[in-house]
Order: sequence, then C-alpha cells, then structure tokens
Amino acid sequence: MDFYSFLIQVLNSVQYGLLLFLVASGLTLVFGIMGIINLAHGAFYMVGAYMAFALSSLTGNLFTAILLGIPLSLVFGAFLEWALFSHLYKRDHLEQVLLTYGLILIFEELRSLLVDDEVHGVAIPDVFSASIALNDTLSYPVYRLVISAVCIVLAIGLYFLIQRTRLGMMIRAGSHDRDMVQSLGININLIYRTVFALGVTLAAFAGMLAAPISSVFPGMGGGVLIISFVIVVIGGIGSVWGALFAALLVGFADTFGKVLLPDFAGAIVYVLMAAVLLWRPEGIFKKG
Amino acid sequence: MKKQLQSLKRIGFTVGMTAALAASSLAQAEDKLKVGLMLPATGTFAALGTAITNGFKQYVAESGGKLGGREIEYFVVDDESDPAKATENANKLVKRDHVDVLVGTVHSGVALAMAKVAKESNTLFIVPNAGADELTGPLCSPNIFRTSFTNWQPGYAMGQVAAAKKAKNVVTLTWKYAAGLQSVDGFKEAFEKAGGKVVKEMTLPFPNVEFQAYLTEIASIKPDAVYVFFAGAGATKFVKDYVAAGLNKTIPLYAPGFLTDGTLEAMGDAGQGLLTTLHYADGIKNAKNDAFRLNYAKTYKSQPDVYAVQGYDAAQLLAAGLKAVNGDFSKRAEMVKAMEAAKIDSPRGAFTLSKAHNPVQDFYLRKSEGRDNKVLEISAKALADPARGCKM
Repeated sequence: MDFYSFLIQVLNSVQYGLLLFLVASGLTLVFGIMGIINLAHGAFYMVGAYMAFALSSLTGNLFTAILLGIPLSLVFGAFLEWALFSHLYKRDHLEQVLLTYGLILIFEELRSLLVDDEVHGVAIPDVFSASIALNDTLSYPVYRLVISAVCIVLAIGLYFLIQRTRLGMMIRAGSHDRDMVQSLGININLIYRTVFALGVTLAAFAGMLAAPISSVFPGMGGGVLIISFVIVVIGGIGSVWGALFAALLVGFADTFGKVLLPDFAGAIVYVLMAAVLLWRPEGIFKKG
Repeated sequence: MKKQLQSLKRIGFTVGMTAALAASSLAQAEDKLKVGLMLPATGTFAALGTAITNGFKQYVAESGGKLGGREIEYFVVDDESDPAKATENANKLVKRDHVDVLVGTVHSGVALAMAKVAKESNTLFIVPNAGADELTGPLCSPNIFRTSFTNWQPGYAMGQVAAAKKAKNVVTLTWKYAAGLQSVDGFKEAFEKAGGKVVKEMTLPFPNVEFQAYLTEIASIKPDAVYVFFAGAGATKFVKDYVAAGLNKTIPLYAPGFLTDGTLEAMGDAGQGLLTTLHYADGIKNAKNDAFRLNYAKTYKSQPDVYAVQGYDAAQLLAAGLKAVNGDFSKRAEMVKAMEAAKIDSPRGAFTLSKAHNPVQDFYLRKSEGRDNKVLEISAKALADPARGCKM
C-alpha cells in the first residue's frame, strides 16, 4: 500500500466510523441513561430509512423528507415510550429483550405489508451528487463527506446537550438515581420520554441519512444493530464520547482489517471488542 | 378415578376417529400425485419463492391441472431460508405428508439439507433455484434434478466474455460464502483458460456491505476489469458505490445476472449499461417465451422473472417423467430415465440435462437498460457444468 492509498483508507475509516457513531449514539443514550436493552434500535433505523424512501418519493426531495421525518420520529418515539417502554423501567432485562425483539418482528411485518419485500433506492440530493476526484481512477462522493460533517456536528451537539444544559443535567442525574430526582420535584417521566424520543429519532435520522447510500431493504436494521451494540460496549455504556471514539476505532479496524488481513476481516471487530473488554471491562470511557 | 377413566375413553375414541378420518382422506388422495413445495414464503427471498410457485402452478394449469394424467395435490412448507430448520422442514413433507416429489428451494444451504433428506428417503427431488455446485456434483444422485443453474455456470460464461473483451488482468470481489466463491471459481477457470489472469481475489464477510476499502484497493491495482458476485440489497449498494467512486469510467464491471435481477429500479442511473450473464433475459424471442410471459401476466398480474421460469421448468421436467410412465409413479427407474432424456421446451430456450441432472443451457450476455436486462447475444452455447465429484 503506497502512502496515497493509505491516506484514502484513513479517510474511508473515519467516514465509516462517523456513520457508525450516528447509528450507535441513540443506542448508547437509551441503553446508558435509561438502562433499556433496546434490540429494536435497528428497527428504528429501518423505519427512518423507509420514511426517507416514502417521503422523498412523495415530496421529491430528501431534505423535505428529513425535515418531515424528524418530528414524526420524535412523536413516534414519545408514543412508544408512553405506550410500552414506560412500563419496563422496573422490570427485568429479559422482559425488555422480549418486548424489543417483538417490536423488530412487528416492524418488519408492517414494512412488508405497507411497502413490499423488494430493494428500493433513494436518490442523493442533486446538490451533493457530485464526486471529488482523488486520483485518475478514484473519486470520493461528496454526499459521504456531508454525512461525516453532519455526524461531527451531531456529536458536538449531543455532548453540549448532555454536559452543558439544564436538561442534560437532569438527564444525567436521572440516570444515577431516578427516585431521588423525582423527589426533588423534577418530572422524571417527561425526561425519560424525551430521552427515548431522542434515541429513536437519532436512529431514524441515521437511517434517513444513510438511505441514499445503503438503499432500503428488508432486514436492514439487523446489521446495524449488532455493530451498534459492539460500539456501545467498547465505548462504555452511556458515554457519547465513548461511542464516538469506539465508532472511529471500529471504522479503522474494519477498513484496515479488510485490506491487511482479508481472511479475518469478519472477526477483527469482535477480536477488538474482546481485547478492549479484557483490558477495561466497563468500556474505554466508563461513566464516572 | 372413574372420571379419569371416562376421559381416557374419550381420548381413545377421538384418536380412533382421527385415524379413521386420516385413512379415508389417504384413500381419496391415492389417485393424486403429492407434490411438496418447500420454498421461502417469508424473509428476504419471499418474492423468489412466490415466483417459483407461480411458475410451477402455471405449467400445471396449462396442462389442464394434471401431469401425466395425474391430478396434483400440493403440500406447502415455508422454509424461511433457514438452514437450521431445513432438515426438520423437509422431513415434514417427506415423513409426515409422504410426498412423492419434493420441490425446493432458493437458499443453497437449505437445498443441501433437503438433498440429504431426499437421498436417505429416496424421494424424487427437483431444485428450482439453489445454485450450490454440490447438488449436481458430489451429492448427485438418480433422484436429484435441477432446473436452474450451478453457481459455476454464469461465472464461467462471464469469464469467456471478459476474455473476449480483451481484458488481461482482473480483480474479483465477492461475499465469502459458497455461491460467491463458486461463481468466482467458474469465472477464473474460463478467463485463465483464455489467457487472462485473476490478479487478486478479494472477499468480504457475508452480508457486510461496506465496500470503500475494496474500491480503494481496486483503484490502486487498476485492473482491466472487475468481476463481482453480489445479489439483492448488497448488489444495489455495491453498484452505487462503484459508480460514485468513479471506477466505472475506467474499469468495466462484470457479474453474473443476479447483480441486476430485481435491483435495477433501486440502482437508478448507476445501474444502467451493466453487462451480466445469465440463462434468462428480457427480450428473448421465441414462441414459448411469448406465450409464457403473456399467460403469467394474465394470471398473476405481474411480470415473470428467471425464478418463475425455473419453477415452470421444474413442473415441465416432472411432467416429462410422468408422461413416459403414464402417471404410474411406481415405475421410478423408467421415469428417471425419461427425465434424464427430456428436452425441456423452456421460455429461456430449450435445454437438456447433463449426466449429473443439471441443465445444459445457453447463457445470454445482457445489458441493463431501464428496468430490463436486454439480450445482447448468446455468449455460451449449451454450457454444461463439469459436475466435479459426481460419481453417477
């Protein structure tokens, strides 16, 4: 590998890592702060992607689709929390797993009934459809760079929200001691509902952004779910910086694994996870 | 105690009645030929399972609802494309329903398990899609037939095309699973026989679809062409990424037809002008195909695809065997002989079977245009799989 190819692979790693962060950030919030093992996270990602597909074919524009999709996801998330998840906080993890696994099946079936079982494409908005030439054979799609930029903005925004705002303070306090926060006169139920809606929206937003690259297809949530859990576990449950760092780490391991150790490309991410867990069982950025 | 006895009696009575009912329904069904359709009805391959079933039933309907004078009774199992449940599912049809013929399936792993069940129970088994080379290779058997293809076949056909297009160095990329690896082997065999060289064989774990690292590799190797095996959503993403990376401008992409079957709409502009090889295509001109397409569209209100053709031909092949023995299924040896010798008048063009019971068929070079894979030419005439490992 010459130096120039190496640089391009670094770019690939960062770009893939940031995309993974986008998907995993919602999971780390819901898992870390609310203590809910949400297997349906990938299904929310799929819902987002299909929303982008449906709304952009209705409105003819991905931006409009995303602008419509975000409030829809927030409402959808708040509704699910009210109807289902709010009954689970005091329950066993196994019951959470059962509920969220059931949701996967329900969403897949609804998808099959409402849309179909075929693969569909979502067009990249014209503004970003160009590519930048890297050398005489290879160019880089602008849209991928846009996604990376959005992910960076989002990471900073999330950090700011959780560490520097009053709401963030209440969220952090609520994750430590639900009952104490409530006894201080803070409406903890509302806070949890907000966090859950935010988590669902992050997953759906990731699906909407990724749809033009990945296409929309049955079972698309399953693949991102597993890698998201790997990232959350490596990064330290509930830590936004941890998720960002872990996502980049996984991005590098996956990209360079494919190039340097092609025979073990499938295992490399999991070996990385095992190594990190041996070294720091709580994840790299464990919560203080 | 008395109560218990009574309820026991009641159970005994119920069991007896059920057995009697079952026996009488057996007697009724005796004149019907039992066909077990084990295909995916749910999951990623559901649409393929439906197309195969439609094709099969269309031929039966065209023959007046009978094959070789026998009425057909269907037994259906959804295999979910899950190899872990395959043996159990196949046994439901073979041991519980006692089907005469087992037909299935899409997923190669499931089909391999079905072949084992069929071998052990000596059930007649017709494969209407799964391309695993083994089914008509090491596992070949007098009772196992296939009306689709081996993974090797379209790959080999494309190897010849790539060589004819004067490519010298080619890089291959596929998921690391049997279908992809066997397809690449077929390509490599034909391409290197014609003097070309596969300079790098790249694989990625199934069903990973993050291709950027490989595209960067391809750009730095700068081969004359790239051969890939992908299908479904992975195919869509790969082609879009390949085009977005600008590689299509300098390095042509070759693949078996699975890349562009059912994915062209999702690929959009990126999917236009792709060259693929397969045993079926849009715009094949023959009377059989015209009639088949018209009938299919009328009955099912949708356009048939290669899977519907394979299902249709599975029924044709079965009919060829049954006709030779006038519907007498007990004359199995004679029936198998007739099936082996049959010339199937398929919508894809007529084909015969190899010694290992796999179609010896023409392969079309196709170019994607709009939502169609248009025929350019027949690139390989009567191509037979080498059936390595078959001792029959």
